[in-house]
Amino acid sequence: MSQRPAPVVDGETARRRGYGWLLLVPGMLWLVVFFLIPTVQLFFTSLYDPSGSYELGYAMTWHFQNYPDAVRDNFDLFVRSFLYAGITTFVCLLLAYPLAYAIAFKSGRWKNFLLVLVIAPFFTSFLLRTLSWSAILSDQGVVTSLLKSVAILPEDGRLLATPVAVIAGLIYNFLPFMTLPLYASLDKVDPRLIEAAGDLYSSPFTGFRKVTVPLSMPGVVSGTLLTFIPACGDYINAELLGTTRQYMIGNRIQAAFLRERDYPVAATLSLLLMLVVVAMVVVYVRRAGTEKLV
Amino acid sequence: MPDPRERRHLSRRGFVQGASLSAFALGGSGLLSACGTSGAKVDQDECRSTDKSDSEQQLAFSNWPLYIDPIKAKNTSTLEAFEQETGITVDYTADVNDNDGFYAKVAPQLSECKSTGRDAFALTDWMAARMIDLGWIQELDHDNMPNVDANLLDWFKTPAWDPDRKYSVPWQAGMTGICYNSKLVDPVESFEDLLTRPDLKGKVTVLSEMRDTMIFMLLLQGADPEDFTSQEYSAAIGELKSAVDSGQIRRFTGNDYIDDLKSGNVVACESWSGDVSQLGGDNFKWVKPSEGFAVWADNMMVPNLATHKANVEKLIDFYYQPKVAAQLAAWNYYVCPVRDAADHMAEFDKSAVDNPLIFPDEQELDAGIDFMPLDSGQDKEYQQQFNEVQSG
Repeated sequence: MSQRPAPVVDGETARRRGYGWLLLVPGMLWLVVFFLIPTVQLFFTSLYDPSGSYELGYAMTWHFQNYPDAVRDNFDLFVRSFLYAGITTFVCLLLAYPLAYAIAFKSGRWKNFLLVLVIAPFFTSFLLRTLSWSAILSDQGVVTSLLKSVAILPEDGRLLATPVAVIAGLIYNFLPFMTLPLYASLDKVDPRLIEAAGDLYSSPFTGFRKVTVPLSMPGVVSGTLLTFIPACGDYINAELLGTTRQYMIGNRIQAAFLRERDYPVAATLSLLLMLVVVAMVVVYVRRAGTEKLV
Repeated sequence: MPDPRERRHLSRRGFVQGASLSAFALGGSGLLSACGTSGAKVDQDECRSTDKSDSEQQLAFSNWPLYIDPIKAKNTSTLEAFEQETGITVDYTADVNDNDGFYAKVAPQLSECKSTGRDAFALTDWMAARMIDLGWIQELDHDNMPNVDANLLDWFKTPAWDPDRKYSVPWQAGMTGICYNSKLVDPVESFEDLLTRPDLKGKVTVLSEMRDTMIFMLLLQGADPEDFTSQEYSAAIGELKSAVDSGQIRRFTGNDYIDDLKSGNVVACESWSGDVSQLGGDNFKWVKPSEGFAVWADNMMVPNLATHKANVEKLIDFYYQPKVAAQLAAWNYYVCPVRDAADHMAEFDKSAVDNPLIFPDEQELDAGIDFMPLDSGQDKEYQQQFNEVQSG
């Protein structure tokens, strides 16, 4: 094969001609087909007349009343979902920060090995991992009996089918999503900056607080988003580790779509969840000041 | 006047404009949903298919888990015997976990006259009734199934929703009652025990199918599940809700209550009659609650656009031979709808010969309770109330 010299296009020319924007086309097309169109459909579905049924058909009556109705009927579920997701995110941050810190700064040649360990759970299915937790936490299981024998749990207490089990399942399942972004930003922190802080007579703690933490903020923000957003919509953990009293908004949406085939309610709830999460994220990202995130 | 050369260049603004225009146009196709949905009922004449059974020796059958003797057991399985006798290959899938879930799986196709890829499936009475009503099920040819006419127990011959068994034939039948672990608790004899006894608190599950559970809640209210008012239903829902809120009921389950019973997480639960045998061990007891019990059947049906109906009819006919039926019942321990199967039971399982859970007499079946047929509006309303309790 003969080598032809590639046509020389410097950055300036490319920018002026604007071919760069063409690179966006596949991504945009993907978003339109798999996000925009379904969302538009979901929006219309949420305005169907709720008196219809799957068998008889749903009439389009622009029934905006579906929204206040859905909020009124499911307020507790929304609160519970955000509470569980919030606790999950917070505990994940507490657990993942030292872990990511240790991997980034203290692991030496074990670094890659430890990173593989963090993602190792992904080699088995999400469902299987959650089901194994239901075996570990079962009423006759080792963990429950141990906690009972040291009187942390009362004699008739249980772990499975409680909020503790559901939140523990969420934390376990989402921990890697917190750890990896944290690691990525901690790994980029220049150790010389921390040394410099020491040279300027800051205590190790002050150095950590004033140098390491601010520099790792992009990781904290993306980690919390990657944990909080999917945790809000999760229903597998509540389904397998909880009871009806731990159900989250995802369980309700799933039941409305598949069991009741109440499409207006299911669509309304899906959109509401999306809107509330986006609103919370916007506020959070503004507050956290992530102009340097990119 | 703009420089004509510029037009050939794609500017950022031009791209954004073009992209948003095309996005809008494409997004507009989502507008189709702005017209609402048409109903799910179909005109059967428009959904016919030609039967290819003569040329294609095969059929695909979807059934519930643990509902047939192991199909891989060489030379001993009923399905294998059928395949050898007829030369028809059966693609058997245990993908019916609950009626609603399966309905959700096939409804998109059947409501639009498309093939589900299945030639037969077995669903519970009320769901069978709904599908027949929607025009989704093909009529069966009884001339191809002489064993059914000869051996189907009278009790199952004339359900209100398919009085001549034109569309459906029972695969197996069963009863809904209570199962408890006698090693861990004293006998649980009534549904009231299940919902009120303090020693069972948090260790009780009920079934997630509305009809299964609400039959008993209605009975507890003193209402008749075969003829009740919506006030009675609401009261029954109220009682279920308080049992859930007090923590007496641990959760709602499908067939997976078996796992909780086995692991000891649950000591007593609402349960289907055949599953006790799958649990093994003498400590699991199945009882008919003192309030009453439910009888149901899972019915084989051929959906629209299935192309191997004659093959399915052969399969149904095969399983209506008393000896085959006995072998099947000896394995799954459900109520056998085939007459004289008991005569052959001794060949497979001596202990099951006069097991009343497999061969109840017809008077006993008469005592079983059914759920009132619901129209689509009631069904949705009642299901919604039940789901509100289920999802807390």
